[in-house]
Amino acid sequence: MLFTEEHDSFRRTVRGLLEREVTPHADEWEEAGHFPAHALFKTLGAHGLLGLEYDPAYGGQGADHSYAVILGEELGRMGCPGVAMAVGVQTDMATPSLHRFGSPDLKEKYLGPAIRGEMVTSIAVTEPDAGSDVAGIRTRAARDGDQWVINGSKLYITNGTQADWLCLLCRTSDEGGYRGMSQIVFPTDTPGFAVSRKLDKLGNRSSDTAELSFTDARVPVTNTIGEIGRGFQQQMNQFQNERMSAVYNSVGGMGRALERTREYLKQRRAFGAPLLANQYIQFKLAELAAELDVLRHYTYACAEAYIAGQDTTRFATIAKLKAGRLQRNLADTCLQFHGGIGYMEETWTARYFRDSRLLSIGGGADEVMLQVLSRLDGFTA
Amino acid sequence: MNVVVCVKQIPDPAGTMKLDQSSHNLVREGKLILDESDSYGVEMGLQLAEQAGGGEVTLVSMAPNSETSGLRTALAMGAARAILVSDPGLAGTDALGTAKVLAAAIKRAEPDLILTATESTDGYTGTIPAQIAELLGMPSVTFSKKVTISGDNVTVERQTEEGYEEVEVPLPAVLSVTAGVVEPRYPSFKGIMAAKGKPVDELKVTDLGIDGSAVGASGARQEVTAVTPAEARKAGEIVTDDGDGFQQIISYLERIKVI
Repeated sequence: MLFTEEHDSFRRTVRGLLEREVTPHADEWEEAGHFPAHALFKTLGAHGLLGLEYDPAYGGQGADHSYAVILGEELGRMGCPGVAMAVGVQTDMATPSLHRFGSPDLKEKYLGPAIRGEMVTSIAVTEPDAGSDVAGIRTRAARDGDQWVINGSKLYITNGTQADWLCLLCRTSDEGGYRGMSQIVFPTDTPGFAVSRKLDKLGNRSSDTAELSFTDARVPVTNTIGEIGRGFQQQMNQFQNERMSAVYNSVGGMGRALERTREYLKQRRAFGAPLLANQYIQFKLAELAAELDVLRHYTYACAEAYIAGQDTTRFATIAKLKAGRLQRNLADTCLQFHGGIGYMEETWTARYFRDSRLLSIGGGADEVMLQVLSRLDGFTA
Repeated sequence: MNVVVCVKQIPDPAGTMKLDQSSHNLVREGKLILDESDSYGVEMGLQLAEQAGGGEVTLVSMAPNSETSGLRTALAMGAARAILVSDPGLAGTDALGTAKVLAAAIKRAEPDLILTATESTDGYTGTIPAQIAELLGMPSVTFSKKVTISGDNVTVERQTEEGYEEVEVPLPAVLSVTAGVVEPRYPSFKGIMAAKGKPVDELKVTDLGIDGSAVGASGARQEVTAVTPAEARKAGEIVTDDGDGFQQIISYLERIKVI
């Protein structure tokens, strides 16, 4: 992928902005289990970062996907994956379907404010009994005239306590399986909606994650995104964006983690020499750097295919699988080479180790990625 | 309110700087970036033009090899256009020669106000703002920390060692701006894309009506005669804390006259 002077300039803007607006607050937000989404998103929105690829008619920047790669890498690099995930939900998980399939009215009312950072959004798919198996969801929207009446619950919802609207996937007919689902824009000030509880997570603690409940909550049928009954297919499409953006984050974060580990091992001395003089350590880090480089360029190939309008299902599936595994290995190695101090919460490695675990689970677990790939490549009988 | 901001494009300070062995000048090849100390002048210029409700910011720069990378950064922040003087005959130009070139380029923009940094991050002479003012016959105010336009005058809070003094001078004037007095904006995506299409007028020495022998190495009246590496840093002092560590810190701070 060819990055131009404009890409370099954009990367400097994003890095500088995130280093000013996020990095200094990361520890405080992690401790609080919360970050000020509305305030931060307004700043990011003002710099055009929440709607890079979206239609300028709704406040988007009309950029190609290569800029989203840079944004993703820099979000990963800033040292606060919780916030990176929250931004990713806004830009690549909750809004792509609305942008692609939503009516002009719906986009005017909900997409524009999300791009400007005036509204915080969530993607509400997972339920207590349906995670990676999306076809198993039970939250139901029953039609009553020109309204949907919604009942059910959603679990592990990022930005869930702060969201102004949800991209909600629910059943709108009795067909069962992956048929008869719809995506609905659900404003969280709707009567009958409640945040049941805020969840306590292993990592990404600065990002609020919630369980949500819906009891006879009524929204207009015109809030349906795209075609009624096509929600599953639209959501599967939206997952490709989610996986790609998560991998860009991961690549940026791993690059930074290797740099930080290298700098520490240069100055940390043991047995009369810097730890980095140890060939075992050199080779382990070089091996990780090599694997990271392969992954980085694989994501660039994925991005190019996406820009060319090709189906990136296989690319995104493989990238997410390999990134999740590499990140676990890399975070573990960085912590290991820091020794005792690396195990302390005061050192970045401890949090990075916890935060890194999620990629193999969220947005479709490793095992689901393997299942998808097996099917695509015909490893089935 | 039309503002000219003088900006320098320099080798990235995060990288390794090299000196030419014979001339002792900084090697300025490859990609250059906007000197961060100039970003404050750009920001202040943009704010003053916005407050005045009209006018624009023009960048003036002198750089080798038609370099525009740093200019594009400032254009992405919101400057309207740039004048770049790039000419092989300018290699080896000293501070006064640079001031002559910049002053001639500034004249073409007919500004109401000229802003510069107090000094560049790679050269550190700090003499150019006053030299430009002298060449243009304009008032010079250095170390400006707050700038207010009132009619045909500009009021400046000027940083001094003890505090600041308030100075009022008629426009047009040349002001050097201290770092950190405004927060330079990050260019937005739209700004970065718009910068691609903004005009950069590239000029040669002859375009400015300057005698070629007055600039470049031959015209330089300033010569770097020797360069000595900075003394290597000595190892720090390690104090063992036997319960009186804080007293040792206090006496150390007293010794170096910090407290």
